[in-house]
Amino acid sequence: MTKSRTWFAAALTLTVAVALAVAACGGGGGVSASTATSAYGPISIWYSNNAQEVAWGEQMVASWNKLHPGQQVTGEQIPSGQSSEEVIGAAITAGTEPCLIYNTSPASVPDFEKQGGLVPLNDFPGGAAYIEARTGPGASVYKSPDGKYYQLPWKSNPVMIFYNKKEFAKAGISTTNPPLRTYSQFLATAKKLVSSGAAKYAIYPSPSSEFFEAWYDFYPLYAAESGGQELVENNKATFDSAAGQAVAGFWRQLYARNLAGDESYNGDPFADGTAAMAIVGPWAIADYQGVVDWGVVPLPTSQGNSLDTIATFSDAKNVAMYASCKNRGTAWNFLKYSTSLAEDGKLLDMTGQMPMRQGIQQLYASYFKANPAYKEFAAEAAHVIEVPIVPNSVEIWQAFRNDWSESVIFGQERPGQALAAAASQINQLVTGNGEP
Amino acid sequence: MTSAAAPGKHRSGATEPMATEPMVRRFGRAVLGRQPIGMIFGAPYLLFIVVLFAYPLGLAVYMSFHRYFFTAPGVSVPRPFVGLSNYAAVFSDPAVRQSFLNLLIFLVINVPFTVVLSLLLATALNAAIPFRAFFRTSFLAPYVTASVAMIGVWLFMFSSGGIVNSALGPLAPVPSWLVNQKWAMPSIAIYVTWKGLGFYILLYLAALQAVPKELYEAAVMDGASWWHRLLSVTVPGVRQVTTLVTLLAVITGANLFTEPYLLTGGGGPNGKSASPVLLIYQTGIEQNHPDFASALGIILVIGVLLIAGIQQLVQRRQA
Repeated sequence: MTKSRTWFAAALTLTVAVALAVAACGGGGGVSASTATSAYGPISIWYSNNAQEVAWGEQMVASWNKLHPGQQVTGEQIPSGQSSEEVIGAAITAGTEPCLIYNTSPASVPDFEKQGGLVPLNDFPGGAAYIEARTGPGASVYKSPDGKYYQLPWKSNPVMIFYNKKEFAKAGISTTNPPLRTYSQFLATAKKLVSSGAAKYAIYPSPSSEFFEAWYDFYPLYAAESGGQELVENNKATFDSAAGQAVAGFWRQLYARNLAGDESYNGDPFADGTAAMAIVGPWAIADYQGVVDWGVVPLPTSQGNSLDTIATFSDAKNVAMYASCKNRGTAWNFLKYSTSLAEDGKLLDMTGQMPMRQGIQQLYASYFKANPAYKEFAAEAAHVIEVPIVPNSVEIWQAFRNDWSESVIFGQERPGQALAAAASQINQLVTGNGEP
Repeated sequence: MTSAAAPGKHRSGATEPMATEPMVRRFGRAVLGRQPIGMIFGAPYLLFIVVLFAYPLGLAVYMSFHRYFFTAPGVSVPRPFVGLSNYAAVFSDPAVRQSFLNLLIFLVINVPFTVVLSLLLATALNAAIPFRAFFRTSFLAPYVTASVAMIGVWLFMFSSGGIVNSALGPLAPVPSWLVNQKWAMPSIAIYVTWKGLGFYILLYLAALQAVPKELYEAAVMDGASWWHRLLSVTVPGVRQVTTLVTLLAVITGANLFTEPYLLTGGGGPNGKSASPVLLIYQTGIEQNHPDFASALGIILVIGVLLIAGIQQLVQRRQA
């Protein structure tokens, strides 16, 4: 009798505990889209945690709050995590994400969309028209397969080649017009930099196996070499091609000749002087200011195209509205306010990152006159390509990265074979057949 | 008779107050027993176990048998039962097989080294040696220091131009340790052994206090050498702790994540240092395939339980 009572008591406690646990994990339930779209009130937003963007975000929120006392906005830095994509994904699942996140990676948008975590901006009157008027024809690449915008193209960081003028001078290489246009010129320059002892490595993109690292070695050069092809087009991988193989062969030579570092590195090898070049966008300039006397050139190609025609990877970060947002009317108005002509100008001025707005060189001519070093990035901003907005996007990049690491970085397989294998796997993933 | 009468009396005596006892109290006693306070005191821990262990484990088992991905609250999506297909996907994935092989390499190096080194060092630190407190603290320092900071030091030491390769000269492996397919996982195993040693030394030091000194004195009287005393007195005397150390080392090893993520740049080179938990992170969190990740996690749990079970069996037979 006592035993059965104990079991009954335990079962009762267990039931209560499970009910509490399920209730705790269940979140607050969904938000009605029809009523939320026209609801106004306080909202919260997240922005990136680099110092320049924080300063921009704080002043922007403060100026909005001054004008809209009844619709206060709370701005916070995105919580720390291994990556912002992971943090946002977890927040969507828990229903704790803010209304707007100014750090949404286009590569993650398909996954967030699949989670039911994003609000289509077409829901708002004039939503699509606003995006297209601001960004121009380039906005269309950010449309999801259902034809809707789940993200507002916000700012790009056209990836280019930074070089350390001091180390180039030490190696006896021109610091005003360094020979870096073609692959053969780049390799010869890289060899000279290392053999002269000016730098330990010519270039040092992160060799880690994280899915996004391909955006800073293969993808920009592939964009340049292929004339602006995306990794996947028309549901098919494009890189198992002459352009893809040329890029892979180029990087393989850099690694094989020990001109590029293949070990994990603590810190920034370019800022530390370990590498004479870096492949990165203008967001990094703040880190190099006062540390490296840098110059910037377009990406190399096998034939050495001119600046006007060289495409690169955008490294864009966009703004998306998230499903837990209750006051979506306010969020939409705030989104337009924060991406207005004036705020885009402040973003450029305070961060050096390029707003994805048509004609920035003309609109902000005074800025580029005062900061001529940024002109090159502005010119490149007109030729950027994006990651493909397709299902299983992160998995696709991980599959690519695995084969790239094996063949190009560590030389365990021929790059051509690895690209073919990656393309085959990615073709399955795009159609949803390759899911684990 | 007396003994038979007493319970009868007790029962008949108890019926009278029972009849007048409020309904609620009777119900409470029926449910919670004669010591309801005990159940209340025990409930928080039960709740803790249920919320943080039983529920997540149950959910993981559920996910591993369904097509499942994380969604926003209130979003309803079909989650069909898929039987063993997630498990089949796990077993047919070469990256998973490689990660388990890596884990085996790790355990084969890490567990024996952990047990032997921590026992030997604890024995040495238990003896009257100069600077004993300093050495005890030194061995504990890596354990209490954040892994990220320690990994920074090891990256510096084991890089191609690092202090280790400089000391080894022409004997240094090419490519260097952490990007060498043969040495990446052993390097991680050695790092984890080194980092955790302080904790296991503490466990052995505590156990050594319980070994009767008379046994050592008797062994010395019998002419036993240091080595014989270690094998015949110390090792049997700390057998229980050895079981614990082995078990903890296996469990810690099975959960390996930070080191392949940071020390070898995400399980490189070519996945030769990827661990199952790293793959769980990549597939479950980064790629939103928690169904696949859960199946992999359940297999890992079963594997660890099997090892622990075998170890218990061996231990019992030895005892």
